[in-house]
Amino acid sequence: MHAPLFAALIRLADDHLILGHRLSEWCGHAPMLEEDLAMPNIALDLIGQARALYSYAGDIEAAGRDEDLLAFGRLERDYQNLLICELPNGDFAQTMLRQFYFASFMLLFWAEAEGSSNATVAAVAAKAVKEAKYHRRHCGEWVIRLGDGTEESTLRMQEACFVLEPYLGEFFAVDDVAIEMSKASILPNPQSLRGAWLADVCEVFVSAKLQAPDLTHAHKGGRQGRHTEAMGHLLAQLQYMQRSFPNMTW
Amino acid sequence: MYSQGLIGAGSDNTETPEFLTAFQARIDADEKIEPNDPMPAAYRKTLIRQIGQHAHSEIVGMLPESNWITRAPTLRRKVALLAKVQDEGGHGLYLYSAAETLGVSRKEMTEELISGRAKYSSIFNYPTQTWADIGAIGWLVDGAAIMNQVPLCRCSYGPYARAMIRVCKEESFHQRQGYEIMFTLAEGSAAQKDMAQDALNRWWWPSLMMFGPPDGDSLHSDQSTLWKIKRFSNDELRQKFVDATVPQALRLGLTLPDEALAWNEAEGRYDYGEIDWDEFWSVVKGHGPLNKDRVAVRKKAWDDGAWVREAALAYARKRAARAATPLVAE
Ligand SMILES: [Fe+2]
Ligand SMILES: [Fe+2]
Ligand SMILES: [Fe+2]
Repeated sequence: MHAPLFAALIRLADDHLILGHRLSEWCGHAPMLEEDLAMPNIALDLIGQARALYSYAGDIEAAGRDEDLLAFGRLERDYQNLLICELPNGDFAQTMLRQFYFASFMLLFWAEAEGSSNATVAAVAAKAVKEAKYHRRHCGEWVIRLGDGTEESTLRMQEACFVLEPYLGEFFAVDDVAIEMSKASILPNPQSLRGAWLADVCEVFVSAKLQAPDLTHAHKGGRQGRHTEAMGHLLAQLQYMQRSFPNMTW
Repeated sequence: MYSQGLIGAGSDNTETPEFLTAFQARIDADEKIEPNDPMPAAYRKTLIRQIGQHAHSEIVGMLPESNWITRAPTLRRKVALLAKVQDEGGHGLYLYSAAETLGVSRKEMTEELISGRAKYSSIFNYPTQTWADIGAIGWLVDGAAIMNQVPLCRCSYGPYARAMIRVCKEESFHQRQGYEIMFTLAEGSAAQKDMAQDALNRWWWPSLMMFGPPDGDSLHSDQSTLWKIKRFSNDELRQKFVDATVPQALRLGLTLPDEALAWNEAEGRYDYGEIDWDEFWSVVKGHGPLNKDRVAVRKKAWDDGAWVREAALAYARKRAARAATPLVAE
């Protein structure tokens, strides 16, 4: 088994599953019917990407774990998503800002991964890049509308910036797995995307009349399975059926 | 989904007999009535009420199923359920648009819903307690919806008929998907079979109630039939549903919770037991297990989202005042 590739795929898959899970919590509760369609749409893309990544990780591992065993069958400490993905949704401003940050990052990430030396990764990236482009535009538009909307929406968007800011640095953290992936030209080095990401965020923030984020103080630990207190509760729902009724076909 | 009830639709005709006769002649000639055509006020009112109730049913119907999105047992099921609930939201959107062609706004309809004045299909006032409920809803509730809606594809009002054609295709996909969930459970472990049987026990009777009160009690059927808004009576549709669904239950190896259910050779149909109409009317009048919760959840989403809708409007106004440049560069 190619251990760093497996680890890298699980990280990415966890990001997409956990964020897709959070976004799906909005279904039926959105501020307007159009968003009750748009948010599940984005969640569907994210969970679809997670499925492709888990399946491939399962193939690489060759230990008989399929997408569901990987998605549902692990302990909290074994999930390796970015902390920002697991944070509770907060209000619509916080949800859209998080989604914009993530989509902006993933668009850069997938665009580079389209040229991956690994054909499966390149194929996942080619599909995901189109989806991330739409997510970034949709969510970026909301960041602008809310940032430059009413007094209340501006305050809420500023609060969202404040809440999410400590979770941004983790996007660009590099460790042995990340270095290995980038050396083998399989996945981009996240550190190398930082400048382009910040430029993209700043461009939207200028229109949104928001202040550029400060990445100095960053919470980390997601990649090592050190999660926030919210994670266990999320997993309690996510894993409810598989824990209550193990080893069954659904 | 559900044209049940139409409780309290009034008719205050001030139109001349000639006008009403000419309108009825168009209906009898199977002409489609379009938004700008002259129509009796009662026809308009009946449609606004029916399409509005139908739209609300789609929207409230998202809640019992979205209750299981975060707990779906596999990724495949999670994706399918998310897509299904999203489809129901889409149905709500087409239907509100169809109702808007009759001169009522989505905002007005939404305000009626969250005030608790508007009706929607009573079935959604029951809780989804287990994963099998997601299978049972797809199979039975979407199945009953199809029985109601297929005839509406030929409804005399053009925008409603066209919306129904699109909606029916998706509903039959939902029905097959729900049946497939039930089938998988019925083939599964003892715990899964029990779960499937329990869900059928709880959803069967409320599904039969989806077709509305028995024909003798239905207030609006006669006029709606003349106007070709309704093509079959409540009891006719209910019978079609029973006849289509009983063999499906047998194929699953599940037992319908009705001791009176039996094949009637002479009539070529299934006889079924007495529906608990007290329960039906109690739920319709707001006393079902979750009526208050469903309305409260919709109201909370609407109220919590007010600042978002205001901000979107405020931004659109500012933007209209400025030069048109792309919001986010490609
Ligand atoms: Fe429907
Ligand atoms: Fe529907
Ligand atoms: Fe449906």
